[in-house]
Amino acid sequence: MIKLDVFQPTFGLDKEEENVVVPKEELYCSTPLAPSLRWNVLSNNAPKDLTKFHHGTTTLSFVFSEGIVAAVDSRASMGQYIGSGSVKKVIEINKYLLGTMAGGAADCTFWERYLGMRCRLFELKNKERISVAAASKILCNTVYQYKGMGLSMGTMIMGWDKKGPHIYYVDSEGTRLKGQKFSVGSGSTHALGVLDQGYQWNMSVEEACELGRRSIYHATHRDAFSGGYINVYYIGPDGWKFISHEDSGFDKHYQYATEKATQQQQQMSIS
Amino acid sequence: MDSVIALVGKDFVLSAADTANARSVIVMKDDVDKILELDSHKTLAMGGEPGDFVQFTEYIQKNLHLYEFQTGLQLSTHAVANFIRGELARLIREAPVLTNLLLGGYDSVSGPSLYYIDYLGTLEKLDYTAQGYASFFILGTLDRYYQKDITLDEGIELMKRCIHQLSKRFVINQKNFIFKVVDKDGVRQINFE
Repeated sequence: MIKLDVFQPTFGLDKEEENVVVPKEELYCSTPLAPSLRWNVLSNNAPKDLTKFHHGTTTLSFVFSEGIVAAVDSRASMGQYIGSGSVKKVIEINKYLLGTMAGGAADCTFWERYLGMRCRLFELKNKERISVAAASKILCNTVYQYKGMGLSMGTMIMGWDKKGPHIYYVDSEGTRLKGQKFSVGSGSTHALGVLDQGYQWNMSVEEACELGRRSIYHATHRDAFSGGYINVYYIGPDGWKFISHEDSGFDKHYQYATEKATQQQQQMSIS
Repeated sequence: MDSVIALVGKDFVLSAADTANARSVIVMKDDVDKILELDSHKTLAMGGEPGDFVQFTEYIQKNLHLYEFQTGLQLSTHAVANFIRGELARLIREAPVLTNLLLGGYDSVSGPSLYYIDYLGTLEKLDYTAQGYASFFILGTLDRYYQKDITLDEGIELMKRCIHQLSKRFVINQKNFIFKVVDKDGVRQINFE
């Protein structure tokens, strides 16, 4: 006998059906999220402590007249311990799209690689490149499905599409914001202090890259969880270009220190 | 942290929302539009958990559009309020979305109307109200100065008074607000200092 209402409680009256194992999720097929896990949003038992390996970071990006500059540090910390000093925090999604990495390293790399796949599939289906808006929304909707389940990522999706340069900030809370200037990570406040003050719309690519570099340098100087190397990328109409990879704590520190000293000397000699 | 305020006048509903998106202590963006135009004659001012309210209100908006395409009818403000409440009441037991809303609308049957809806599924038809921390500071002001059947100019004056009170007493300095009016001609944004 075929019984259609297998989800109905049988109250032990139907002994033959007792061994039927009903997957529990089936009961909630109309819900987009696994309900039991989504409760973590309200309660405080989100498994966040287990997943936040790569918490200290400084990443930034901004739009200016010539395109976009992205600059990042390279330190991966696991609490007190520096897990790595040479992490690539800019993820190359495709020729025209970049993503930055803050929060959980695994979460960022995995989901941005997944985003790369979705963008490629879009290209194959539609015979044109995906817009930055659409790409960032794919990522946002994907991580929103997992909200409250312990994902940790704060990322900027940057690129050049039909309508020019765009930056979207996307995080694991499900936030998605379009903007001109973003900085993410524990050192972001320090970086913004330099970036906001030094920012102008009209800059050369070199000036913009140097502003990004300086902002990251000052963040690595003040924030214990940021450091290592500074990686800089530029995005123009022809896609992204890797600009530089420099040691922040040593080379850049002494370069900026000597620059400052000679500047002061010049000023003294003038006055 | 979102401040959302709305009030009903003689023939309009006026909504206001701050425009900041903050992550911990950092302002990520200072020109966010938190008042969604649900359809030609409805505004939905929102606050709550980032991510949640954008996804949820977009879901509501798309469903209303779908209903309009399928039937050629526009739902009344009352019907939409109950639809939203129903969805929140369902979701609070399944996958809670932390979103607090103020629905303003104008329809031919009931004229202008304002509904308070929160994440628990509370639904209340009111003449004036606020969501978030703002409510602690300005509900008193609104109770004192609100009058029935005020004109748009009087409504704007009252809203200015509320914003002024917020900037005076609220520790978080919310610089920018966005204002939207809905009346018989539809939704429009208005600007004033």
